Amino acid sequence: MQWETVIGLEIHTQLATSSKIFSGASTAFGAEPNSQACLVDLGMPGVLPVLNREAVRKAVMFGTAIGAEVARRSVFDRKNYFYPDLPKGYQISQLEFPIVGTGEVEIMLEDGSTRIIGVTRAHLEEDAGKSLHEDFHGMTGIDLNRAGTPLLEIVSEPDMRSAVEAVAYAKKIHQIVRYLGVSDGNMQEGSFRCDANVSVRPLGQQELGTRAELKNINSFRFLERAINFEVERQIELIEEGGRVVQETRLYDSDKDETRSMRSKEEANDYRYFPDPDLLPVELDDAFIEEAVAALPEMPDVRRARFEADFGLSPQDAATLTGSRDLADYFETAAKIGDDVRLAVNWVMGELSAALNKAGLDITSSPVSAGQFGGLIKRMADNTISGKIAKEVFEAMWSGEGSADEIIDARGLKQITDSGAIEAIVDEVIANSTQQVENYRQADAEKQPKMLGYFVGQVMKVSRGKANPQQVNALLREKLAG
Amino acid sequence: MHNKSITQLSTELRAGDFSSVELTRHYLQRIHQLDKGLNSFITITEEQALAQAEAADKQLAAGEGGVLTGIPVAHKDIFCTQGVRTSCGSRMLDNFISPYDATVVERLAGAGVVMLGKTNMDEFAMGSSNETSFYGPVKNPWNRDKVPGGSSGGSAAAMAARLCAAATGTDTGGSIRQPAALCGITGVKPTYGRVSRYGMIAFASSLDQAGPMAASAEDAALMLQAMAGFDQRDSTSMQQPVPDYSATLNQSLQGLKIGLPKEYFDEGLDAGVRQSVEQAIEVYTGMGAEVREITLPNTGLAVATYYVVAPAECSSNLSRFDGVRFGYRCDDPVDLEDLYKRSRSEGFGEEVKRRILIGAYVLSAGYYDAYYLKAQKLRHLISDDFKRAFEEVDVIMGPASPSTAFGVGEKADDPVSMYLSDVYTIATNMAGLPGISIPCAPVGGMPVGLQIIGNYFDEARLLNAAHRFQQQTQWHQQLPEGV
Repeated sequence: MQWETVIGLEIHTQLATSSKIFSGASTAFGAEPNSQACLVDLGMPGVLPVLNREAVRKAVMFGTAIGAEVARRSVFDRKNYFYPDLPKGYQISQLEFPIVGTGEVEIMLEDGSTRIIGVTRAHLEEDAGKSLHEDFHGMTGIDLNRAGTPLLEIVSEPDMRSAVEAVAYAKKIHQIVRYLGVSDGNMQEGSFRCDANVSVRPLGQQELGTRAELKNINSFRFLERAINFEVERQIELIEEGGRVVQETRLYDSDKDETRSMRSKEEANDYRYFPDPDLLPVELDDAFIEEAVAALPEMPDVRRARFEADFGLSPQDAATLTGSRDLADYFETAAKIGDDVRLAVNWVMGELSAALNKAGLDITSSPVSAGQFGGLIKRMADNTISGKIAKEVFEAMWSGEGSADEIIDARGLKQITDSGAIEAIVDEVIANSTQQVENYRQADAEKQPKMLGYFVGQVMKVSRGKANPQQVNALLREKLAG
Repeated sequence: MHNKSITQLSTELRAGDFSSVELTRHYLQRIHQLDKGLNSFITITEEQALAQAEAADKQLAAGEGGVLTGIPVAHKDIFCTQGVRTSCGSRMLDNFISPYDATVVERLAGAGVVMLGKTNMDEFAMGSSNETSFYGPVKNPWNRDKVPGGSSGGSAAAMAARLCAAATGTDTGGSIRQPAALCGITGVKPTYGRVSRYGMIAFASSLDQAGPMAASAEDAALMLQAMAGFDQRDSTSMQQPVPDYSATLNQSLQGLKIGLPKEYFDEGLDAGVRQSVEQAIEVYTGMGAEVREITLPNTGLAVATYYVVAPAECSSNLSRFDGVRFGYRCDDPVDLEDLYKRSRSEGFGEEVKRRILIGAYVLSAGYYDAYYLKAQKLRHLISDDFKRAFEEVDVIMGPASPSTAFGVGEKADDPVSMYLSDVYTIATNMAGLPGISIPCAPVGGMPVGLQIIGNYFDEARLLNAAHRFQQQTQWHQQLPEGV
């Protein structure tokens, strides 16, 4: 039998606000346990939540960016359950009236084809704290620093048909929230977490199969692997005469498998009801307009512009607009360097390679976009050759200063004075009588290859500084006799 | 000293007739002397009170401070008080020392009051007799065999016995007005949103409201003045300006339109209480007010609606008492579930557990629509009754409670009968309206409360109406025997 996979994703993304969604405590990652938990976060008797306006603004930005309807009125509800890292015994979330309604995003697959994936809704909620099970002699430690961190839960339609599509969608959402600056999207720190609802059905069947919800997935790679494992498990189960049960399953990346955490029967009854401590969120036009005005150019638009304005190929444009930081870097470097082609080649070539090797993100590049543009500029105006530029780049990488400073300090300025170049060319020709003879006796089609030897010699003498175009032209002229 | 109004005390403090330390000592002495039989205090903060009194004396000597500077008050033990046990009348919080002050406490302290201690109350404010307190029942100063009402029974009894110059209370379904009525004092439940709920341990968040309990409307006006106003830490507090409550106390009541809801004078009302309330209303007609009968047709639904909404909210509000971070924790839990179950089973009393169970039930899947959602709809109907009534009248009057104080233990095993003692007060909480209870003619030696209900943010008019009545009558000045 032919099977079809159906996947929907629930993505929890931490909003990059400086304080928590219902308190003034800091949201910075990695502080001493419980040093960023105030009375409200601790769920002290008598405390009350006060909504963070910035979290609302960021949710509105996201909703607008995916073309969704932003609710003029949304309501916070309490989701009741007991857990030690949930201080109040309920999580403040949005059930019936989320802040963001139906929207959609376009994903591009590796073959260049595109698909539209529906977003059902996105709602605001608070994160829980963390339970720490190590180092407490059989007890559990509770760290409430994360409690109350604003989350936007983005729920997709069951529109994806493969793990690859699910990853493409997750990456797309990741790209959007990063572009908007509404989240840092850091998956290792848990700022971007994916739960996948996975089911299978015979190809052609309308009705959805029973789904399992996969949790604990903290990278795109694991998302793909977890879904693939689960799809295989479900198909095998059904083909052997079994039935998929609705349940939550944990992905174990060490064993590369999913295993049952709790079934539907064991699921909590969360007893949702509107939180009486918070008034419904009423948004006026001014607030929404302000958020819309703060929207940056979105990746799809920017990609199209890069293709049109810079004449980039779709692949290059897609790569360079992959993240807002990279696209910003590229645009700045191209503008300062005044040469798009060189900027494309060097950002995607030398710079990417160096970043990859060092394991760095574009945002932490030791060479700033401005500095990089300065390097491009010196190549574009022939101050240095591409080869020298590599040397300059390495020096910039290790912090020796701007391209101009390094070129000056090391005396790397390209020799363009034709008299000076001619002197070197003459010297090389005079010292290479045998090679000159061989060259002159060779067939015309072999000569260009043989020219390389003389170019190399000139470069060696000029320590790479002679302008290659001039050198080539002069050598051809002189060797022709 | 304890028979004087706050204004009198303030004038004499300022004149140097006595110091705040002396006044505070006087009240502390009365507490030590009289409270053994009443049990109105859970905690007496003697040292802190004397330190505050000393500071107040310095302010007074420097000609600083306001009318409340140096005035000794008591706080219901539902308000968080920094460095002082805040028990909420529960074993669950018997060991809880609050790390912060409630806004009400902070504002009154800012106004210069001296805190004498924390008053007894029904556990987590759930009760109408003050019998559910972990610290034992409070006795009614007018008759020690009777209850003081609840849940602010400690504040009411302490006030009636003049163990403080004023007190704070909270009212979710009548918890200020009913004990005020049963103890013969003046108690104000302000409009929902008038006084910040920050730092007030939540019972039912959409209904809870703090207010003053005092000897007179005049004193209550001074207290409310300090307590009221917007607080950015409470999203449900209103950004409405606070009028000068004392300035309008003496306004004429000529032409005041009083509505008497026929549902508040039904067969459930004790005949003596009815007579007393009717006499009180005659005092108003004597002052030129006009009386007309009105109807609040959904009054009969109020108690049932309340006992869905309030438990629902309480079941969630009390989830934070789980034995993990503060409060009671059972001995030697074997695992997490055991920790939760035993800490909560042992830490909460019966009435609290009953309401948590009811609340969890009405919110659970499959029952939500039939109970919680329906109750919310009824709540709108109840509010609409009042809205219509206030198109016709300025204030609504009636009894605060269907009877005078009942016997200790009389209703303890009959929750429904207990719940019905709030039948005249609950609807105003459902609607969020302000109400006040003031003493009128006693029945059989026990106090009776006249309730006046006002439109939203019309506390000034309630205090005005109450004050004019107290200018005409002496009921509020009567004291229990032995006090």
